[in-house]
Amino acid sequence: MPDDANAFQTALALILGGDPDLIGIVALSLQVSLSAVLIAALIALPLGAALALWRFPGRGAVIVMLNALMGLPPVVAGLAVYLLLSRAGPLGEFGLLFTPGAMVIAQVILVLPIIAALTRQQVEELHGEYREQLTSLGVSRPRRIPTLLWDARLGLTTVMLAGFGRASAEVGAVMIVGGNIDGVTRVMTTAIVLETSKGNLPLALGLGMVLLVLVALVNAAAHLVGETAQRRLG
Amino acid sequence: MKKAGLTLVAIGLAGLSLGVSARDEAPYIILASTTSTEASGLFDAIIPPFTEKTGIEVRVVAVGTGQAFEIARRGDADSLLVHDTAGEKRFVEEGYGSERADVMANDFVLIGPGEDPAGISEADTVEQAFTRIAEAAAPFASRGDDSGTNRAERRLWQAAGVEPGGEWYRELGSGMGPTLNTAAGMNAYVMADRATWVAFDNRQDLELLFEGDEALFNPYGSVLIAPERHPHLKHDLAEQWHEWLLSEQGQAAIADFEVKGQPLFFPSAAE
Repeated sequence: MPDDANAFQTALALILGGDPDLIGIVALSLQVSLSAVLIAALIALPLGAALALWRFPGRGAVIVMLNALMGLPPVVAGLAVYLLLSRAGPLGEFGLLFTPGAMVIAQVILVLPIIAALTRQQVEELHGEYREQLTSLGVSRPRRIPTLLWDARLGLTTVMLAGFGRASAEVGAVMIVGGNIDGVTRVMTTAIVLETSKGNLPLALGLGMVLLVLVALVNAAAHLVGETAQRRLG
Repeated sequence: MKKAGLTLVAIGLAGLSLGVSARDEAPYIILASTTSTEASGLFDAIIPPFTEKTGIEVRVVAVGTGQAFEIARRGDADSLLVHDTAGEKRFVEEGYGSERADVMANDFVLIGPGEDPAGISEADTVEQAFTRIAEAAAPFASRGDDSGTNRAERRLWQAAGVEPGGEWYRELGSGMGPTLNTAAGMNAYVMADRATWVAFDNRQDLELLFEGDEALFNPYGSVLIAPERHPHLKHDLAEQWHEWLLSEQGQAAIADFEVKGQPLFFPSAAE
């Protein structure tokens, strides 16, 4: 199909051309999604580990809920954050709506359940192996969290990448809370939606290819860091 | 090692959030407007001269007219530029808006498959064209999203005395561009604003079949939000934008905007 070849050429031209608008959009996409993953990880890693170590009534329900929230539709998360941040909403006075900050908040909500739920599972498995040893050494449960997280780091890198994939691919939430404002809140996915609505399909597809390359680069970087760490630490 | 990793994460986080928040320096307003104005590229032509003159940035949130009203009602936009005159007047009457003015106009056109199975290109009036589509039960793609275009389309069906429904009438619930994309895929009739149609690239077999009826007139209005309702909004800046749109310079910028050699909007501010 001529359109596909056209899109491929467009993508190449976009990448090689170094258009400042495109660079701004790419930079904002990375900023928003990476911030969201880091903030979500700071909360979700300890949360997931704690959930793996403690037994309490209703634990099963919490786990089921977290797992279910992994499938939260982005547009629903976006709508909820919109209502929260809207001037008429409870957090309206901060004026965050239609800013990158609002987009980070929405993506944190999308990414957090993924990281927490998968961390819980990984840490629980690892704890099964370590339990006797940790108990014989008299390590308290709160002290076990950093140890287990550290030893599960390779698997957890993949977990974080899954979170990043979710954040960088979604469009429903950032469209509603960001507003797709040119030069302010336009990211790769919302730019693709806009170009599609203009009927400019080769450019839309080209942007999609650029986004794929971007996500691949982030994954490659994580892979390299993991390899290097592995080799250093033996 | 663990400490170093944590410090690194913290530094990265601080840097990222700094980068994210360091963007709002210049004074700006949020303008809720329609997908048709955004998709046609009009704002890229008229906002830069305004910003150059006043130093005020205009951040456009382009949604359907129904959603634009809702955003403004909640106090999330400083100004409105939409195309539903009746809705705009109601917005002012209900006390949400303080002022409304005609800014510009374009017109709606009827688009459809090149072979025109319902024969609307020979219709005398838009009512007749709509009646023919209904009688032929030819596929018709409706926005179905309570946008200005959708509201105008529903008024025209009513004027034609047709209650649209059934297999042939397809409510898509999406913006003008996506609706045109879908109509091209289904080879369906569709009503579009001229601006989006002219700027639209994925036409496939679709052609412009009917135009020129007075009933297809599509006026755009600028509405200011009432300060009593939402005191926190940037009313001063929004008023400068509103005044500029109506000024000689603003009206000239609208008239000068062309796509593929065609002017798409006609200035209509009262002298």
